[in-house]
Amino acid sequence: MDENTDVIQGTLDMLILKTLSLQPLHGFGIARRIEDISRGVFKVNPGSLLVALQRLERSGWIDQEWRTSENSRRAKYYSLTRAGRKQLDVETEDWTRRVAAVARLLKAEA
Amino acid sequence: MSLWRQLSRGLRALTNRSAVDRDVDDEVQHYLELTAAAHRARGLPPDAALRAARIDLGTVTGLREAVRSYGWENAIGTFVSDLRFAVRRLRAEPAFTAVALLTLALGIGGTTAIFSAVNPILFESLPYPRPDRLVALWESHPDGARSDGTYGMYRELTQRAQSFDAIALAKPWLPTIVGSAEPERLAGQRVSADYFRVLGVTPVAGRDFTAGDDRPNGTNVVIISDALWRRRFAADRSIVGRQITLNDSPFMIVGVLPRRFENVLAPSAELWAPLQYEMSEGRAWGHHLRTIARLKAGVSVEQASHEYEAVGRTVLTELRPDSYDPDTRFTALSLHDDVTGSVRRALLAVLGAVALVLVIACVNVTNLLLARGVRRRGEFGLRVALGAARSRLVRQLLTESLLLSALGGVLGIAVATVGVRVLLTLAPTELPRMRAIGLNTSVFVFAAAVAMACGVVFGLWPARQAVRSDPHAALQSGSRRMGGGHRGMRSGLVIAEVALALMLLVGSGLLLRSLQRLFSQDSGFDGTGVLTLQVQTAGQRFNDNEATHQFFSRVLDEVRRLPGVATAALTNQLPLSGDRDEFGVHFAAGASLPAASHGAFRYAVSPGYIETMRIPLKRGRTLGDRDGPNARRAALISESLARRQFGNDDPIGQTLKIGPMESPTFTIVGIVGDVRQLSLALNESDAVYTTASQFLFADDAMSLVVRARDGDDAAMLAPAIRRAVWSVDKDQPIVRIATMPDLLAASAGARRFALILFEAFALAALVLSAAGIYGVLAGSVAERTRELGVRAALGATQTRIVGLVLKEGLVLAACGVLAGLVLALAASQTIVSLLFGVSRLDPITYGGVILLLAVAAAVACVVPAWRAARLDPASTLRAE
Repeated sequence: MDENTDVIQGTLDMLILKTLSLQPLHGFGIARRIEDISRGVFKVNPGSLLVALQRLERSGWIDQEWRTSENSRRAKYYSLTRAGRKQLDVETEDWTRRVAAVARLLKAEA
Repeated sequence: MSLWRQLSRGLRALTNRSAVDRDVDDEVQHYLELTAAAHRARGLPPDAALRAARIDLGTVTGLREAVRSYGWENAIGTFVSDLRFAVRRLRAEPAFTAVALLTLALGIGGTTAIFSAVNPILFESLPYPRPDRLVALWESHPDGARSDGTYGMYRELTQRAQSFDAIALAKPWLPTIVGSAEPERLAGQRVSADYFRVLGVTPVAGRDFTAGDDRPNGTNVVIISDALWRRRFAADRSIVGRQITLNDSPFMIVGVLPRRFENVLAPSAELWAPLQYEMSEGRAWGHHLRTIARLKAGVSVEQASHEYEAVGRTVLTELRPDSYDPDTRFTALSLHDDVTGSVRRALLAVLGAVALVLVIACVNVTNLLLARGVRRRGEFGLRVALGAARSRLVRQLLTESLLLSALGGVLGIAVATVGVRVLLTLAPTELPRMRAIGLNTSVFVFAAAVAMACGVVFGLWPARQAVRSDPHAALQSGSRRMGGGHRGMRSGLVIAEVALALMLLVGSGLLLRSLQRLFSQDSGFDGTGVLTLQVQTAGQRFNDNEATHQFFSRVLDEVRRLPGVATAALTNQLPLSGDRDEFGVHFAAGASLPAASHGAFRYAVSPGYIETMRIPLKRGRTLGDRDGPNARRAALISESLARRQFGNDDPIGQTLKIGPMESPTFTIVGIVGDVRQLSLALNESDAVYTTASQFLFADDAMSLVVRARDGDDAAMLAPAIRRAVWSVDKDQPIVRIATMPDLLAASAGARRFALILFEAFALAALVLSAAGIYGVLAGSVAERTRELGVRAALGATQTRIVGLVLKEGLVLAACGVLAGLVLALAASQTIVSLLFGVSRLDPITYGGVILLLAVAAAVACVVPAWRAARLDPASTLRAE
């Protein structure tokens, strides 16, 4: 609890898109992947994740598909669409710009 | 792409809720299982792993709800469930629902019906292209009386004026059509060639009139309406070029007008022929033509009016036509104002009245909802206590009130459908654009908007009031002792209702008294027991005056021979029937008087007319059989004309001329009493009477006036008289059959129309506001049960308790009356033009209305007061 934090406000969409750009995944897989790659820094709230997936699907950035998972359960898999890929580029660029700006500010402060 | 997804996913969720829910459940369940599996992989036993997973996910239900509540369709879902709940609530309280719906249906329906009548007249423009460029050209006398235009002025205007694209003339024409079907008298117009160009209408088949058609002795051509084409000619596509017979002459149909063409100048006209004006007949300056014009682009009505006045002046000074008063004024008036002007004020007053009824209806429903809100306070308190957001409650209540108003609106349209029919039967004949009145899209939109507005207005307030209360207090005390604040507001609403009802009552009271005054006016003749029929001659056989006179005198002989007929006579125009035939009357210079001309009603009558109508003879003699075609020409003049021209001198033996100056001279042989020709309200009675046989020409339509023997019903004579007319010539149409009292009543049509509507609205307002007083008092007694019980227990007598309740009700009524008086004094200004012989501040009306309201309020107080008096102190105290 102490060492992991909730995903930074407003970046969840980008993290989902990025995760899905590597391979299609189901909800739990996405959460797991984000936590793994961030080495446990980010913890994804399941409610926020599932609602975000709905929103991204409605926006046409990701597709959904019911598949049979490894343990032969019905599972909903999400994959990135072409529009989603473009969106990811836009958000990545935006994010990089912000991070750079914040870094500059912090440096100036020091 | 994403819009499409929004729509399709949302629609799927709406139409297939269970499948979507299952998907969400599966996904959440899958997530839970995988989380648990992850915990197991870290070495937790299965039970503990599942518990840890549940902790990770929070409540599974909450998660499901969070996922499900995403998307626009959920707003609809909420609305639908609100709606279902609202329907259940309304069905649970049938009495409340019925009263509220009935009130709303009457309010919305009445307003919609009146709007449908008023809309085409007051708010829509005329149904022609660029209607703002259409004007009516009027000549008026210095005293304000308007007269029709002349051909001479029209001809000068077309040559001199620059403001107009086109100018046209029109006069009524009533030809009789004969052919394979039975003879029928048609309504039509003789028009100058540009008539349809001025209106901006072109025939759908055939052609418009040309200048060549509109020439003296031109060929007989006619354009017919779509309605006539369908009715009389079975919509025959090859109709153009066909010959038809009108008044025994062949006419060729050259055009058919579009179906949507509405002729606002003569709504019943079905066919049109060129005017073919004969200038040489000496009638070029006779005032009997309606003049309309289309303005050039960029010319304003004022500019046109200005030029018209200037041209008119020049013509009068250059040509000096003797039919013109030198002080005649010339004005161009927007055609819309011209057509609708006469009824505009009456309609606005009626619209205002019905709007007041609608407001009262809304106030009443608001009151009902407030009372209901008090009853439901426990429910709201419970829901707030359980965590319902107040906005959610407001939304719920608004859904309820909007459902109520929507249902009220639907019922209201049903009421309006009936209402419009009633309106059309009540409508005065002078109501313009009658054919455009009906339920159409704009009327439905109006009804929907009104219903919607009502729903929001009467819903929002009680809704806010209901949720503002403190849930703790609401739950604790039920609803017994609460509601002091509410009662204040409800009392305010009742006061408003009473005030509005008083305004309406005052309005209808003033109109009622005006109408009484009007009908107690002396019409100048005695119409009781008199039946009138207008008989028309048509056809070439009547081309000479002699034949026409012969026909009418034989008709008169036949009618006089009928049993049951006391006396009978003929006249070319009938008082108060809408007939209007005015001529210039010229008096030669006498010993002490200069020559002078006056406009006067011209009556060409048979001997015996004055006697049959019982018009009093003031001096001299009446017209008799001796005043035949070969005798010296004799005339009677009315008392007012005698006074105007001769003052105190004796007019008997003096001479006058009627119409053109070159016409023969008549000698005045008698003075008769004044008769109201146009309206009971108008004291315009200058008149001249001659025998028909001595007048310059024969009128082709005459009215028979037949007085039944004393005590007999004149209407019963109609079939016999009709047979008598047709025994002389079976081809002659009888146009108008009416008893004189009926004509008298119809002559006050606009006032009666306004009165009937005001009475209906005022009655509705009275009932609604009495119901409002009753509702508030009943609620108040119910809420004060305990207090009243304590009073009774402490020794208050029943009389005192009744007095207490009565006082509360009557104070409300008194406040309402006071507020209403102030409003009524201000608002009565709007119906001044409809009043006659009654001041808008008439104390009798105001007194009567206050008395009526006081009685109604007292009646409304009786039941609650009685209930209060019968309260048993012991049981009311124990009830707490």
